[in-house]
Parts: sequence; C-alpha cells; structure tokens
Amino acid sequence: MKVLVAVKRVIDYNVKIRVKADRTGVETANVKMSMNPFDEIGVEEALRLREAGKATEVIAVSLGAQQCQETIRTALAMGADRGILVQTDVELQPLAVAKLLKAVIDKEQPGLVILGKQAIDDDSNQTGQMLAALLGWSQGTFASKLAITDDGLEVTREVDGGLETVKLKTPAVITTDLRLNEPRYASLPNIMKAKKKPIDVIAPDALGVDPAPRLKVLKVEEPAKRQGGKKVASVQELVDKLQNEARVI
Amino acid sequence: MRFTLSEDQEAIRRTAGDFAAAEFLPYAAQWDEQGIFPVDALRKAADLGFAGIYVREEQGGSGLGRLDAALIFEELAAACPSTAAYLSIQNMVAWMVDRFGNDEQRGRFLKRLTSMESFASYCLTEPGSGSDAASLKTKAVRDGDHYVLNGTKAFISGGGASDLYAVMVRTGGEGPKGISCVLVEKGSPGLSFGKRERKLGWNSQPTAMVIFEDCRVPVANRLGEEGEGFKFAMSGLDGGRLNIGACSLGGARACLEAARNHLMHRRQFGQALAEFQALQFRFADMATELEAARLMVHRGAASLDAGAAEASMHCAMAKRFATDAGFRICNEALQLHGGYGYLKDFPVERYLRDLRVHQILEGTNEIMRLIIARRLLRP
Ligand SMILES: Cc1cc2nc3c(=O)[nH]c(=O)nc-3n(C[C@H](O)[C@H](O)[C@H](O)COP(=O)(O)OP(=O)(O)OC[C@H]3O[C@@H](n4cnc5c(N)ncnc54)[C@H](O)[C@@H]3O)c2cc1C
Repeated sequence: MKVLVAVKRVIDYNVKIRVKADRTGVETANVKMSMNPFDEIGVEEALRLREAGKATEVIAVSLGAQQCQETIRTALAMGADRGILVQTDVELQPLAVAKLLKAVIDKEQPGLVILGKQAIDDDSNQTGQMLAALLGWSQGTFASKLAITDDGLEVTREVDGGLETVKLKTPAVITTDLRLNEPRYASLPNIMKAKKKPIDVIAPDALGVDPAPRLKVLKVEEPAKRQGGKKVASVQELVDKLQNEARVI
Repeated sequence: MRFTLSEDQEAIRRTAGDFAAAEFLPYAAQWDEQGIFPVDALRKAADLGFAGIYVREEQGGSGLGRLDAALIFEELAAACPSTAAYLSIQNMVAWMVDRFGNDEQRGRFLKRLTSMESFASYCLTEPGSGSDAASLKTKAVRDGDHYVLNGTKAFISGGGASDLYAVMVRTGGEGPKGISCVLVEKGSPGLSFGKRERKLGWNSQPTAMVIFEDCRVPVANRLGEEGEGFKFAMSGLDGGRLNIGACSLGGARACLEAARNHLMHRRQFGQALAEFQALQFRFADMATELEAARLMVHRGAASLDAGAAEASMHCAMAKRFATDAGFRICNEALQLHGGYGYLKDFPVERYLRDLRVHQILEGTNEIMRLIIARRLLRP
C-alpha cells in the first residue's frame, strides 16, 4: 500500500507573528519557515506504517511556491521515499488544495492519505474533510491512534468529551491530532540521502484544476492588546462587574 | 569566496537546533545544578549521527566535514555548552579510531562509539604535564602481547563514566617521538579513577583523574605505530579546537539573545534599556564580535577540510579568538542583565561558567598564541 502525506510550509511555531503594515496578511519575508507540526506527525505515522511492513512507499506532497521543496526535503530526510510539488504562486485555499490533492491521488492511487488536522497558519481545519468528500472516501479526522486491520483501519479520534474509535474501509483519508505520535528528527545520514530522492514538480494546469481563491481576505489585524487587570474589593463587586461590565453572566 | 550555507548545511543546522531546543535546553539548568551526566540525551544525539560526524559513512559515521560539525556544535551549545563539549570529545576519539586505527580496531570500536553505546575520553594531560604535553610521563612497557601502563592522567573529561580511554603514553624516549596512543577499556585490571572534581562549570560531565597501576592493555589496542601517538593527539585537537570554538559561539549566541530580550523589556529611567545609546553600542559590539568569531571558526573548518598547510594555525587562531570573544560576550550579557544576570533563574551565569574553561582546555589560549607565533616566526 502506498501512503501519501500532505506537508505544508508554514511560519515556524516559535516565530512571533507580525501583521503586515497594510493589513493584507502576516509578514513572511525573512521569517523562519517549517513544516506544519501536524504534518510532521503525519509523515512520522506513514514512516511507522512502512517500518511495520504495512506500507510500501511514502510519498510527501506539498503545494505552493517553489520553496515548498524545502518542506518536502524535510519529509524526505525524515525517511519519505519521494516527493511531489504542485507548484504555484497563487494563494491556495483549502478547497483548491483538496482539488489539487485529489488530482494527484487519482494518478498515484494510494491506499491511505494522511494530512494534518489543520495548518498552524490559517487554522482552517477543512482540507482533509473536503478531500475525503471529493474522493468519496471514508475519513478519520483528529486521529490519536491508527491501526491497520484485516479489513481496513481502526482510528481513535479525539472528540469533545473523550475518544471515539471508528472502523474505516480503505482507501481512506486520515487527519492527525497532536497525540498520534512524536515525530523523529532527521538524522545526518538521512539528510544527506534526501537530496538524492526525486521530487516531481507539477503545475496546477497539468492537473486540470483552477486553484484561484474563492474567498477574499478583507483585512488581517492583531488581536486586541491585553488590558491591565483590576482589583475588586468584594465578591459583590465582582459579580456586579461580571454582570454589568463584562456581561459574561 | 561564498558566505552562504548549502541547502544541506541549512538542514543540518536546523535539525541540530531543533534537537537541542527540545532535548537539551529544558534540562540544561538541572544537569548543571545537580551534576547530571545526561547519558540518554547523548545517546539520542548519537541516533542522529552526532557522535561520528566526520567518521566515514561506511564505518557507521555521518561522513560530514568540519564545517558541518561547527554548525552542529554551535546549535547544541546554544542549549548546553557542557554537554555539547563532551560530545566533541566523543567525536574526536571516534575520528582518531577511524583515521588512525586498522580495520580490526575500526570493527571492534567504531560502531560502539558512533552509537554511544560506549562513551569515550581523551587522555593527554597529567598532573605534571599540561601545556607541555609532550613531557608526559605515563609509561607503557611491553610485556609479550600486552603493554603494562603506569602513571596518572589528570582532568579527564568523562573520567570514571567513559567506557573507552584513548591514552597518550610513553613507549619510547623523551619528547613527542616517544609517545604512543593506546585504547584502554574500562574494567581493565589496574585501571582506576580519582574522585569526581568539583568545578566552576562543565557540570553536566564528570572530570576525574585516570590512574594506571600495572594496567595491562593488549598491544592490539595501539593506534598506528609506536611513536605516532603525539602526532595523532595533536591532529585530533585541531578539530577539537574548532568544536570548542563553535561551542563558545553557541553559548555566546544564547547570551546575546538573552541580553537582547532583557534590553527590550527592562525599563529604567522611564524607558527600555534598549533605548540607552551606551547600551546599544555595547550590544552592537557583542553582536559584531560574535559574527567575527563565527567567521574565524568557519574559516578554520574550511581550512581543515581542505587539508591546508595552515590548517593547524587557523584552528588555533579560531579557538583563541572564539573562546575569548565568547566569554566576553557572556560577561557583557551578564552585566546588561544587572543583578538578574547573577541569579541562577536566568541562564546567562550558566553559560558564563561553562564558557570560561574553553579558554583553558584543548590547549590554553596562551598555547594557541605559541602555535601561531611558531608558525609565523619560523626563520
Ligand atoms: C574541565 C576541564 C576538562 C579537561 N578535560 C581534559 C581532557 O578530557 N583530556 C585532557 O587530556 N586534558 C583535559 N583538560 C586539561 C587541560 O587541557 C589543561 O588544563 C590545559 O592544557 C592546561 O594545562 P595545565 O592545567 O597543566 O596548566 P599549565 O600548563 O600549568 O599552565 C598554567 C598557565 O601557564 C600558561 N603557560 C604554560 N606554558 C606557557 C608558555 N610556554 N608560554 C606562555 N604561557 C604558558 C598557561 O597558558 C596557563 O595560563 C581539562 C581541563 C579542565 C579544566
């Protein structure tokens, strides 16, 4: 079984995000970029399946500008077998990504597709679900455990209020949650091997998909600055303020 | 001349940085305070190939160069200079076995060293022989297919904890030509250790005397020929010096970042410290010195990788400059923190204590000047 993992290039989780002066988005120039942490978990899970003899090949797919090759290289250095970059400078929104991925999947015919449950830049949490719908495949989102069984998959999902275990038929789409695994670091020899692994570069037209955005961003703003706290003299005053000033009770 | 890292080097630096931030940094203060030798964290580093960075790939190493190593040590030391420096010694010994050992020895030792199943120490210094290393007295007398060792090594990093000791011993007459290098396994009869030294810094690794009393070591454990030991020891040190310089870069960088943060947030006289020009200038000088030191370390590494005739001198220059600059930067960062810099709740004092010894070991900075001057003032 082939496993396809989607990997997105995002601003590193350690970077303090700055909004651009013209409020059209956030500053990405000269900012450290990394693989979306949920996608690292996806790569790790795919590698573990291959190491357990349950998968034959791990393919890392990224979509976006040419620099996304670095993100694919990271996946290759962790151990993925080959990479595919759908290269475009157009801003990609979840539906476009899902359509492009579907086109890649139609060609590659993997038995399992793993995505992060969301990307830490726009926190959309849509791509995996849209992709499963477009493919007409079963989906196991927010996975914290994944087991291959004789007749498909068993996925433990993190849901409000606890864990839910579902059985899925393959092929299937999985999205990862934080507790699924702890991703490995790339070792030095594997970093050196990664550059010899192939990365196919495809244009969206070649996949017959129009990736143009459907949603328009009006403006991006910093969250409001935190206000200083206030001391209250009595419980009475506290309740009064909660009711009449903050209006939360 | 190119001043940019290759894509691979970027990836290597990033891996080392991510690893250090997750596996060293959160624990470094505790390792320092409680004198913990972080065996598991070091083995995790070895899993990534950090214990045999420039050991050849077919021997279980990572097959990389000295510049790659400098990048790695800077990143690791930005989290914990003391632990990074121990790893440098492990690399030095592994490289000596790969470079100067025979196939049988490589087969017997290298895998253990690059995986850090076995920890290694480098034993040159003696109580009576420090800077004048070639005057060492530990004697190895041949007895059949064994050497019988008598003498004491001092200040040995990893002493008592390590499993394998690369020991410079006297098998012949006086001076450097009478010195050989033998590998001594822990548990050899006649091998014992002094008490664990109490130190200003480098507390995440033990330092102890290593004592030989009629200690029997197979002749098969000698690297190269009799009389070649001092040459091996010195060529090991060329790379060791770069690594120590790189460890100073990492520690200094961490202090520079801490100082930047403090200057931006601490307010006095109604403004952030960063707004006082006197402090801005000092901060600018710290950053400039760090950059200069980094260039020298990378230059030394490139020189050693290229096998340049001036390599030993470049390594000595880089070690002298980077370890002096590194300590100064930590000290300035401490000053810019005011009283907070002196507290253990802030990280600067740990880096300062750890980096101080880099000016002393792997050859003191006075000896670095001696090496440089000898080279330049040859008649
Ligand atoms: C924490 C720690 C770990 C160490 N780990 C190891 C290890 O793993 N393996 C190992 O072999 N050694 C190790 N050492 C030893 C270290 O390399 C020596 O301490 C160092 O080489 C200096 O030798 P010394 O202490 O005998 O000082 P000395 O040689 O006595 O020097 C005293 C002072 O005189 C100066 N001096 C000496 N000769 C000259 C000269 N000709 N011209 C000008 N100045 C001179 C020195 O620079 C120094 O300032 C370690 C030391 C420390 C502190």
